[in-house]
Amino acid sequence: MCGTCGCSPGTIISLHGPAGHSEEDHDHHAAHNHPHRDQERTIELQQKVLAKNDELADTNRRWLHDRGVLAVNLMSSPGSGKTTLLERTARELAGQMSISVIEGDQETELDARRILAAGSRVVQINTGAGCHLDAEMVARGLRALDPPGGSIVVIENVGNLVCPALFDLGEAAKVVLASVTEGADKPLKYPNMFRQADLVLLNKTDLLPYVDFDVTRYSSYLRQMAPDAALLQLSATSGDGTTAWYDWLRGRRLPPLD
Amino acid sequence: MHELAVTESLVDAVIARLPDKRVTCVRLEIGAMSGVVADSVRFCFDIVTEGTNLDGATLEITQPPASCRCRICDVDFEPDGPFALCPCGSAEVTVLAGQDLKITSVLVV
Repeated sequence: MCGTCGCSPGTIISLHGPAGHSEEDHDHHAAHNHPHRDQERTIELQQKVLAKNDELADTNRRWLHDRGVLAVNLMSSPGSGKTTLLERTARELAGQMSISVIEGDQETELDARRILAAGSRVVQINTGAGCHLDAEMVARGLRALDPPGGSIVVIENVGNLVCPALFDLGEAAKVVLASVTEGADKPLKYPNMFRQADLVLLNKTDLLPYVDFDVTRYSSYLRQMAPDAALLQLSATSGDGTTAWYDWLRGRRLPPLD
Repeated sequence: MHELAVTESLVDAVIARLPDKRVTCVRLEIGAMSGVVADSVRFCFDIVTEGTNLDGATLEITQPPASCRCRICDVDFEPDGPFALCPCGSAEVTVLAGQDLKITSVLVV
């Protein structure tokens, strides 16, 4: 909400200038070096920069809600094992749950082929130079995927712990996948990503005997950034701990629309 | 670098609202905990605005400080950097402000 007039973002335009020049505007002009020309006037916008993305994300949320489809935004750094986890999930939940996938990568359809081979419907989005998925890309992906009611759509975001944190896709939950090969301090280094997580999956636990990774320290750092996020440990390679992930998926309900 | 996408969104938003105006200045608020780097937005701004009705516009960025409330001792405080640690040592905090990314106003001729 706008702190100036109490409006919702993007609803009010008020003109200031020769016809209605307020002292506040004049003070602002005096405070910087911009030449004060008579024909120049201020237009208040008070609009979120990402308002368009947020609107499209809300449209996605309503679309998913109307269909009774649960969408999960799966985010991680590159190489944490998102696709390996989804391959196993698709194989092991086949016949129990309908899961489809939107794959986001800068280039190639390699991941889509892996998911398809594991038995799930999949749409690949190649972002080119883009470092994240946005709500518009996901809207197109959802329409192409056409997921059935009662199903789950996992949106595998571009591998990146920075940019995807900023873009609402219309998902019902944000899941961050981390792995024990990445270092325990990642929640502190990428606060924007971890702060929003509903669930954090710690992957590659089969490698714990071989790497210097302190799970207790990781858990403590995560608590600092996301006190309410659940933490599950698993290995997408061996399958250890994946049952809790499947239970989380089964138990997750569509949140009510605002 | 999501600042490019952020800058494109910001320029698109201004053009959508004021398609027929020559914009000479954009005033932007980038909250201290928004996850957006002001210098990167400045870097992208001139490139993204080229050939639009914002071409040549200046960019004024203010960075309001963040504000957090400790869930343990219920005290409000301004965090030092992105690590929202309460003076009591607790990291269990709610972010109250500083995450906004907002176009406050523009100057037009």
